[in-house]
Amino acid sequence: MKKWRMDSRFRGNDARCENVARCENYTGYGNGMLEKTFLADRDYRVPAGCGVSGIMNEAGERFSGEAIITSIALMRDRSNGLGGGFAAYGIYPDLASYYAFHLMYETEDAKRQAEEYLKLSYTIMHDEPIPSREVKVITRSPILWRYFLKPREEALVRNPLFSEEDLIAQTVMHINGQIRDALVASSGKNMGIFKGVGYPEDIGEFYCLENYQGYIWTAHGRFPTNSVAWWGGAHPFGLLDWSVVHNGEISSYGINRRYLQNFGYLCSFFTDTEVITYLVDLLSRKHGLSFELVAKILAAPFWVDIERMPEEEKEFYQGLRMIYGSALLNGPFGVIVCNTETMLGLNDRLKLRPLVAARWGDFIYVASEESAIREICPRPDRVWMPRAGDPVIGRLKQEPGDRSQESEVRSRENIPATDRDSWVDQALAIDGQGLRAASQDDKADTQEVL
Amino acid sequence: MAKIPIVQDFVVERDEDKCIHCQVCCRMCSNDAHTYDQESDRVSTDSHKCVGCHFCESFCPTSALTIRRNSSEIRQNANWKQEMLTWISKQADTGGVLLTGMGCDQPYPVYWDHILLNASQVTNPSIDPLREPMELRTYLGRKPDRLEPEDIKGPGKKVHLKSKIGNQLMLQTPILFSAMSYGSISLNACKSLAWAASEFGTFYNTGEGGLHRDLYPYGANTIVQVASGRFGVHEEYLKAGAAIEIKIGQGAKPGIGGHLPGEKVNEEVSRTRMIPMGSDAISPAPHHDIYSIEDLRQLIYALKEATRYEKPVGVKISAVHNVAPIATGVVRAGADFVSIDGLRGGTGAAPTVIRNNVGIPIELAIAAVDTRLRQEGIRNHASVIAAGGFRTSGDIIKAIALGADAVYIGTSALVGLGCHLCQKCYTGKCNWGIATQDPFLTKRLNPNIGARRLVNLLRAWSLEIKEMMGGMGINAVESLRGNREALRGVGLSDTDLQILGIKPAGEAW
Amino acid sequence: MKKIVIREEYCMGCRLCEIYCLVQHSKSKEIIKAYKGEYPKALPRLLVEEDSYLSFALQCRHCEDAPCLEACMTGSMHRDEKTGAVICDEDKCVGCWMCIMVCPFGVIARNTEGKKVASKCDLCLGEKTPVCVQHCPNEAIVFEER
Repeated sequence: MKKWRMDSRFRGNDARCENVARCENYTGYGNGMLEKTFLADRDYRVPAGCGVSGIMNEAGERFSGEAIITSIALMRDRSNGLGGGFAAYGIYPDLASYYAFHLMYETEDAKRQAEEYLKLSYTIMHDEPIPSREVKVITRSPILWRYFLKPREEALVRNPLFSEEDLIAQTVMHINGQIRDALVASSGKNMGIFKGVGYPEDIGEFYCLENYQGYIWTAHGRFPTNSVAWWGGAHPFGLLDWSVVHNGEISSYGINRRYLQNFGYLCSFFTDTEVITYLVDLLSRKHGLSFELVAKILAAPFWVDIERMPEEEKEFYQGLRMIYGSALLNGPFGVIVCNTETMLGLNDRLKLRPLVAARWGDFIYVASEESAIREICPRPDRVWMPRAGDPVIGRLKQEPGDRSQESEVRSRENIPATDRDSWVDQALAIDGQGLRAASQDDKADTQEVL
Repeated sequence: MAKIPIVQDFVVERDEDKCIHCQVCCRMCSNDAHTYDQESDRVSTDSHKCVGCHFCESFCPTSALTIRRNSSEIRQNANWKQEMLTWISKQADTGGVLLTGMGCDQPYPVYWDHILLNASQVTNPSIDPLREPMELRTYLGRKPDRLEPEDIKGPGKKVHLKSKIGNQLMLQTPILFSAMSYGSISLNACKSLAWAASEFGTFYNTGEGGLHRDLYPYGANTIVQVASGRFGVHEEYLKAGAAIEIKIGQGAKPGIGGHLPGEKVNEEVSRTRMIPMGSDAISPAPHHDIYSIEDLRQLIYALKEATRYEKPVGVKISAVHNVAPIATGVVRAGADFVSIDGLRGGTGAAPTVIRNNVGIPIELAIAAVDTRLRQEGIRNHASVIAAGGFRTSGDIIKAIALGADAVYIGTSALVGLGCHLCQKCYTGKCNWGIATQDPFLTKRLNPNIGARRLVNLLRAWSLEIKEMMGGMGINAVESLRGNREALRGVGLSDTDLQILGIKPAGEAW
Repeated sequence: MKKIVIREEYCMGCRLCEIYCLVQHSKSKEIIKAYKGEYPKALPRLLVEEDSYLSFALQCRHCEDAPCLEACMTGSMHRDEKTGAVICDEDKCVGCWMCIMVCPFGVIARNTEGKKVASKCDLCLGEKTPVCVQHCPNEAIVFEER
């Protein structure tokens, strides 16, 4: 029987008490992790860096997180150990119909507040700490918890313009903006974001990612420019089933953020990655545009190139730029955006950050460096450098008659025998009562400490 | 005593060693300040007549002339400025309203001088405008909120824009020439503006003087104005322009109408404006058919009907205390663009006290209007054009970052043509041939040279804007527009920073 | 042949052209000295004609069939091969002023400042552009191929 590592909740507790007295710049956030006098970077925006990698199996066949960890570990020099993270899709097949919320808390009080808030609109079908193991270099971590939520009937306002997704978005923005010391890392179905302060490979080890099976994995290693970093500031950034890993800095952040505010998106993370996520959500989910069009809005073609297009196309792209001018992302970026069916890799219009793509069978790879791809796929069928503004799109195959469709369905709902040793089943076995609702009393587990 | 002589404003210093008595200054001064005495073979100056236009100083072949402000001083007085004594004296003399020209010259804070721009380093490379495309193209007009469903096609299929985006004005650079009426300025000056706008790919504004016949060929680059006096407004006039602007107010004199003194109404002006020769052309303060916002809506749609909905119709308002809700109202009334003219906007003739005291600076107005329109979710329903005393490309780029779509330049364009801001436009004796109808004087402005200078000015400023944008790591003006993160305030109070919506210098993201 | 073309709609009547013509044909070629320090004082070769607000600078037209060339008794009036301009060699000129009599434009000046000669526009031999064209502030006279 697997034992949970519950100590992650209490790690840093003692340190917190000591540090309150020592800290000259204690901001009263209840943040026991302030050791020196620097403000945690969540209080001001920090440019995003510096290494990204993504793997997708278009047939929907799931694979463990080891591959992505190996890939991102190769690009160690692109990070400075102050941030790393992963997004994984297809990892909770048994609970695929519930929204999997990954939450980070710095205090117990924050957890309590957040859970109270969640209970207003959702039924907590199952919740538990996110499993982690002790890793020497990761000295402190927040409380990491995951919930599987089902929206309550009464919470869904009878309004055609307010969908279930809008409810989730609203919940996430409320927790991030209003509940101090609480942060939603991911909020999608059958996917999760695992991130923190540390080199990505260490974070991967911390979260035991080799135990998960997913059909899309993305990873990010960060190079922020201050000394104390914040777990919530790491990438990927997620909302609903979107996740974004981003290498770059958005010069147009000021106007992108104000444009999004009109549509109800509140940017509270102080990283420019946030605007990319919300823009993709707005354009793709709310406005219903295809990923190709979204790419043409975020990295729009130049006027000189539009002038050379045939008349109808020219008029279309002129119109696109006129309408969505404030959604243009200016500044260098190499970004990988994913949702349940898609992985999109995109560069800015001048390709000021690297991005390489490759294909091997059903696998599609996107990464900052070719070496990161070859490390896990030594002989790809095809390797190429996407042009500035041209997207790389991986899509879950859904055409009938395609063999991969079967495996996609299988991977989501009918898990093969080997995958049945998942921790979920073990949890069910331990509990012996099926899925538990409401928050649990974890006192029994606290004996398993250190 | 009945009359107290007015102390002169300027003193003309002549360096006798350099003066060759060539009499160029005598011939050129329209105020007859210089005279040549045949007997003594000397040129002398009556400084009382000098208005400080610097024409003689510029053309003196030996640079023998220097124009200085009169150093005759009153006892030091922090409350009474010397010019105020002159004002009172003149008014006691005549009992009239004091007139002046050009923009407000009083020492109100200039916020442009307290706003600083960013540059990218290390984490974000700056872009070289000489090697990479740097896009300044701007479209003015109403934009839809999103693509309509019929426009959306899947991957690999041909793209097609079903819904028509409303009429747009396309500019190669976010700078236009401001409204300066034919009558307040000479035909040669109008031609310079029209030719320059045509050549560069931007627009100029007729102002409330109507459109002279000779300028009809340049209609594709003309915004025709419908002001409260409706001077020169007839069907052909509306058809000639590329867009129509309803002038509700003007930054130099909010609340009152335009004013063209009778001295400047010659035959051509009278024909173009459709008024009698020699009569003062005073536009009424309000449009007498617009007493409320719904009346404005009626006029906007009347003009759209008259032009078959083929041209953008916009509204020009002055920047006053309530500019944000007024602008919102104007946008909701159906305007395709809103021009906002600030305190420091220029004019050909305005009462001094109104020019100096009424209105607010354009910096605060743009910030307030842009924020309010975004809060209401209607920012894309109309373009915002800012006007009122832009002096350099630095001011323009800051205005765009605060939220303006484009910028009108008036005073700067005239300075480019030679104006030295002597503020005597209302006399009709402009030595530079700009603010006059006197044929002796209007000859001095060669429209070929004028257009060339204005094109040079636009080109120079466009290049500077591109350089600054590249420095910020931005290569398209859409990413600069409204991007207040690019600005920081220095030496401003907290309230100022809050209204402008910018952070203080020294604060990072 | 490149000639000076008049555009009277732009002439301001400032007469800077006259001033610089004088300087060009002075001994020192420096403006203050030319006006104040030289004797005999040089003479400008062009005149600004004025009538109300109409004005323009008139100088020798360098006619193809120049009457002054025919009328000159000493041969000092000759045509310069390179520029095609009609030049008066003032060393040879005896001041009979027949050229002045026959000139239909009246653009030859009666020069009595020093030796009595006839002075006229010489297109500023040696300069790329005549100085009157260079210094006209409003491009009322231009130097163009005609």
